[in-house]
Amino acid sequence: MTRPRPRALALPAVALTVVLAVSGCGSRTDSAADPAAASASGGASCVDTSGDTVKIGFLNSLSGTMAISEQTVRDALDLAAEEINADGGVLGKQLEVIGEDGASEPTVFAEKAEKLIASDCVAAVFGGWTSSSRKAMLPVFEAKDSLLFYPVQYEGLESSPNIFYTGATTNQQIVPGMDYLKEQGKTKVFLVGSDYVFPRTANKIINAYAEANGIEIVGEEYAPLGHTDFSTIVNKLKGSGADAVFNTLNGDSNVAFFKEYKNAGLGKDALPVVSVSIAEEEVGGIGVENIEGQLTAWNYYQTVESAENTTFVKAFKAAYGEDRVTSDPMEAAYTSLHLWKLMVEKAESFDVAAIQEAADGVTFDAPEGTVTVNGENHHIAKTALIGKIGADGLIHTEWASDGAIEPDPFLKGYDWAEGLS
Amino acid sequence: MSAQLATARERLLAGGRARTLGGFGIAAVLLFGVAPAALSDFRLNLLAKFLCLAMVAVGIGLAWGRGGMLTLGQGVYFGLGGYLMAMHLKLADAGPGGVPDFMLLYGDGTVPGWWEPFRSPVVTILAIVVVPVLVATGLGWAVFSRRVRGAYFAILSQALAAAFAILLIGQQKVTGGTNGLNGFRSFFGFDLADPVNKRMLFFIAAGTLLVMVAVVRRLMVSRFGELLVAVRDQENRVRFLGYDPAKVKVVAYAVAAAFAGIGGALFVPIVGIISPADVGVVPSIAFLVGVAIGGRATLLGPVLGAIAVSWAQTSLSESFPSMWIYFQGALFILVVAFLPGGLASLGAVWRRRRAGAEESGPATPPEPTPPDPTPPDDAVPAAPGDATTAPATSDSSAATAGRLP
Repeated sequence: MTRPRPRALALPAVALTVVLAVSGCGSRTDSAADPAAASASGGASCVDTSGDTVKIGFLNSLSGTMAISEQTVRDALDLAAEEINADGGVLGKQLEVIGEDGASEPTVFAEKAEKLIASDCVAAVFGGWTSSSRKAMLPVFEAKDSLLFYPVQYEGLESSPNIFYTGATTNQQIVPGMDYLKEQGKTKVFLVGSDYVFPRTANKIINAYAEANGIEIVGEEYAPLGHTDFSTIVNKLKGSGADAVFNTLNGDSNVAFFKEYKNAGLGKDALPVVSVSIAEEEVGGIGVENIEGQLTAWNYYQTVESAENTTFVKAFKAAYGEDRVTSDPMEAAYTSLHLWKLMVEKAESFDVAAIQEAADGVTFDAPEGTVTVNGENHHIAKTALIGKIGADGLIHTEWASDGAIEPDPFLKGYDWAEGLS
Repeated sequence: MSAQLATARERLLAGGRARTLGGFGIAAVLLFGVAPAALSDFRLNLLAKFLCLAMVAVGIGLAWGRGGMLTLGQGVYFGLGGYLMAMHLKLADAGPGGVPDFMLLYGDGTVPGWWEPFRSPVVTILAIVVVPVLVATGLGWAVFSRRVRGAYFAILSQALAAAFAILLIGQQKVTGGTNGLNGFRSFFGFDLADPVNKRMLFFIAAGTLLVMVAVVRRLMVSRFGELLVAVRDQENRVRFLGYDPAKVKVVAYAVAAAFAGIGGALFVPIVGIISPADVGVVPSIAFLVGVAIGGRATLLGPVLGAIAVSWAQTSLSESFPSMWIYFQGALFILVVAFLPGGLASLGAVWRRRRAGAEESGPATPPEPTPPDPTPPDDAVPAAPGDATTAPATSDSSAATAGRLP
């Protein structure tokens, strides 16, 4: 009597599951040899282009640890959308923006990307920042056959037909940064970075470069994201005999690192630091006095002299306030929306396949200079700029590559990079 | 005494069985009939994700609500299950003898030896259950047999979650680092891009959750369930009666770990990614919030709480991006401050209020009320197995009882 009969409960549930699961079987990967059929079954587009408007999605973290960076990208995207709408829209249709919060979590990015594509039926999505957010979204865009425009410099080694990468890949930022140090006669480089995918991959590339170019890597140290005690690392740096530092630290860690660096009596002249994650936005947070005279590697600075940049900075300050600055990821995001518009106009369609077809060779006079889309790997050709942080908190170009560098995400054109990917 | 207990249990079972069967029927109709018909593929997949989180919640309900173990580190077991499944999916996508794509990019291009066994689907499925159970049993035994409990256990389990996430991040070559494991194309040979297969995953998740709830119900109304509640409320007395509380706790903790592992394993093909962000301290606490809001000591409170909180998070963040976190915090504070038994105890609290008002006017504060002679349903309010009893009541009565000797 005291024994309940759990089987009475569990059995129907199990049976029901099995029956439904078996009856609901879809295509198997081994039988679906035709990838086009698979993507068609998953990605019947529901984009509505019959009216006066067309929907696009902006997906950035508005909460969580990345919000402080990604909000600036959202601002730049909003500005670009307003400009395009004021200018008559795309193919005569006004842009209707649907904004979503990625909450600094990869799973949320994947969920919201799917929502934008499947539920809101947007023609394209703009956003993402961290590598993990992009990696989480990639399968969604491929399965649903939609388009993502990703605006941040990253570690390369990726090329999806459904993503356009408008930030730098490694041969447009990391490699020129090393070229610059080599030109300056530096032979002993110390690597310091946050412990995640971008710094580890960047340092793998730097090690290969150094070996081929007679540069010695005298130390390679990683700190967890958000780490703020750099006394050990700076001590190692001091004792290493390095004549330059390549810094791939991200976020708050930079504040602690540069303070410790200054306290240890290291200086920009004896031991310069090249940073790849410090832009105009971050300089204020670190404190100009801690970082003045140090170097950065990017493709855009607010101080770039061009008519397009003057207009962009002026429009941005008018929209968001005089005290705001513009940075590389913001410019890349602003550029990405304009590039999409030009691709659509060249294809005369919002259709994904038509845009992929038309993308090659599309050029835009961006604030950073003229950029060109590479139709093969979906990155864009851009000029590398090494900058020096000034007392005004802005970054001034110190060195520029000879014209725009063709994107090479897998570093196929570099002999020393053989075996890296 | 034992005869009394037995009759209480019988009454509970007799009344509860019909109600439970009815509840299962309704849940099955909702999950297998209404949801697939009413929801788009995208929403159905979201619901499937919530069901995976609810599986973790069912386990927490057992370990925390019934067993009093504040499990602040269930992300570890969720992650173990998730990563094991993800490893198999990556290896299966790479083909026989193939190397997963991220290892080619970030590692040295070879598959480490400890990955190899997970090429086999059978080994993987077994490991998804066995590994979390072994880890939980080992850890639980070490902790509970030394009589570590309360806040110390909570801190320990949370530290474990933090350490696990840091370990995963540091071993990028074999775990994918912060990016985690992602980009799965197939699930045991079925194409993940096909919506029909996604629907199948939803049915699997729904069926698994129902089975888990049935298992927990069986445990709750069993002798073990009563012992578990006794250990929660008066561990020393249970020990004096000749039982080993550590064993009781380890079993409940291991069951919770197994459920979390299975939830994590199903989460992977449904969501398409598992990363350290899904296993660390923050997700471990998030698992707990749903359970607390729903009602930790009840059977269905944790499940419904977890689903409701996830659903609210998704829909609120769609309408008010960046506001969700404040709302979640406020809800949690409200529940902890005013409704410690969770939303599931709302009915009981209201009934008690009304009963108190009718008997002796509104001014009298509710005493630890004697069992209502004519309960509105066939529940026995004082019995530990009752699904609607507020834990506050049982806690406070236990506390008074504890002062007697």
